[in-house]
Amino acid sequence: MLHSAGVSTLLSVENLQTHFVTRGGVVRAVDDVSWDVEEGETVALVGESGCGKSVSALSIMRLVAGPAGRVVGGRVHFKGRDLLQLSEEEMRRVRGREIGMVFQEPMTSLNPVLSIGRQLTEGLEIHLGMTPGAARRRAVELLGMVGIPDSERRLTQYPHQFSGGMRQRMMIAMALACKPSLILADEPTTALDVTIQAQILELMKDLSRRFGVAMLIITHNLGVVARYADRVNVMYAGRIIERATARELYARPRHPYTLGLLRSVPRLDEPRRARLDPIEGQPPDLTRLPQGCAFTPRCAFSVARCSAEPPPLAPVADGGHVSACWESARLDRAAARSAAAS
Amino acid sequence: MWKYVLKRVLLMIPTLLGVAVLIFFLMRVVPGDIVELRFAGESAFAQKENLDKERARLGLDQPMWRQFVTWMWGIARFDFGTSMWTGAPIIEEIKLRAALSFQLAVMATIIAVVLAIPLGVVAALKQDTWVDYFVRVFSIAGLATPSFWLGIVFILMLLIVFKWLPPMVYTPFWVDPWQNMLQLIWPALAVGYRYSAVATRMTRSAMLEVLREDYIRTARAKGLWQKLILSRHALKNAMLPVLTVVALEFAFLMGGLVVTEQVFNLNGLGMLFVESVARRDYTLTQALVMLVALVFILVNFTVDLMYAWLDPRIRFR
Repeated sequence: MLHSAGVSTLLSVENLQTHFVTRGGVVRAVDDVSWDVEEGETVALVGESGCGKSVSALSIMRLVAGPAGRVVGGRVHFKGRDLLQLSEEEMRRVRGREIGMVFQEPMTSLNPVLSIGRQLTEGLEIHLGMTPGAARRRAVELLGMVGIPDSERRLTQYPHQFSGGMRQRMMIAMALACKPSLILADEPTTALDVTIQAQILELMKDLSRRFGVAMLIITHNLGVVARYADRVNVMYAGRIIERATARELYARPRHPYTLGLLRSVPRLDEPRRARLDPIEGQPPDLTRLPQGCAFTPRCAFSVARCSAEPPPLAPVADGGHVSACWESARLDRAAARSAAAS
Repeated sequence: MWKYVLKRVLLMIPTLLGVAVLIFFLMRVVPGDIVELRFAGESAFAQKENLDKERARLGLDQPMWRQFVTWMWGIARFDFGTSMWTGAPIIEEIKLRAALSFQLAVMATIIAVVLAIPLGVVAALKQDTWVDYFVRVFSIAGLATPSFWLGIVFILMLLIVFKWLPPMVYTPFWVDPWQNMLQLIWPALAVGYRYSAVATRMTRSAMLEVLREDYIRTARAKGLWQKLILSRHALKNAMLPVLTVVALEFAFLMGGLVVTEQVFNLNGLGMLFVESVARRDYTLTQALVMLVALVFILVNFTVDLMYAWLDPRIRFR
């Protein structure tokens, strides 16, 4: 990986493997995945539903729902420690204190019977040893920070008195409460109205800049990626198949799946096409992954080698651009041709 | 809130009135009346004129609507009349027995809750381990064991192993608490065990459901202590269904412990109920039904208020 001077790696996931044991067999939800996040950086994890992106985040927090789900291999280096080796008590002190988490469903992710104030202050009291009074003052400040007006009164209210967007703001306030150095945001805007989505993302980006918090945004929305992420990891069937800076990924995708994703969303920076091209077919069954590249059955570029041998994640261009495709060179030429033609 | 309470209290009046109408006419539909039963077997007295005289004395010769109105008028003045069988004021007949039944119900509820909540929580946390299996066996055994049988086993155990018999004569709590407890703890345990079984299973399943909720994952992601997650985030949500089960069982205990009372030689409401129905003691049965109905109504009302206290989403209008 290419690191610019002065920036150090905050989180480094190496060969992470998370499996779920089901009746149908072992689901390799996260299958030997490596990626990292630098301090203050925003990294995106992109892919279709069920590709293992949420499980990756839960694995880092060691919150994968057992006993069916289990992290079976790999290392998660965070500030010089391997999170997977920590005791449960040491891990508890990392959660919420050093790594905050924002979940997808603001409707169900807040406790309906506890007041907003209670849910905001408990982390402060536990991790920072604040007195109830100090925690309350900090909670008022936090709600103000995430743009919830009249925060004194809001603290005494309950989640059902908040709108969806406000609940997600509250989730962000909870995640930021103890000034963590990393926030994992698992589809933070998927459940929200489109108009609210942009507000929430702007807020997160703004706060992460102000406090120098690194962010991992998990999403299936490429629009989100383009605008807010520094680097992008594209996941497919439990593996990372391409990684690049957001700009590079948009300009020169080097994996057929990424290309398909980009073609299936409308873009303002390209001449308008008559229709969008969806990716044909279904994602593969994670209990029965093919021997070769998992995307082969849906791929327009596939050759004989693809179904026989899985392609490794290999550098395809400068700036840390890697892609797991045997035909990535051909893809580059194809993209260039199609760009020239249009 | 106070408006709601007042509304609910006022609504109790039509409910109780409905119960009164039902029990009044149902009792009179049952064949045979108190006079026939009293003179049965004494053929010398069982002549038409004697029966009529007795009926007139009890007011049973009046038209039914007039009997009902008289009874209602009495209740409106908190005068429940006298027992048709013994002639004693009904208040006197019921007072001690109601106190006993109430105390027993409270004790059994405490025992049940103290057993059920920790057991249910532990079983849910250790789902599908030997701890869970043990709790399951314990609670299914509780459901399958009649409390009167358990009561007999208790008494025999105390007698054979400890050569000691619990007091057989009821001493009110305010007279001698120690004697009172020595007598009532055994039926309370026997009844409470069965009662706890229902509540344990309810606690377990409610906890299992709540522990899968997203907000529990959020609480864990915040780095809270496991104990705090359980007590603050999970238990409060899981208590809602358990509360309903416990409360309904409590109301049932107030009048439904017929056989257990017999085993422990307790003069509770359950025995009185059966006797009064068997004797067609209209006034006493009516008063007892009204009392039990009132208990059910009050318990339901209390549960509704507690729901609102536990769950802020519930608001009263």
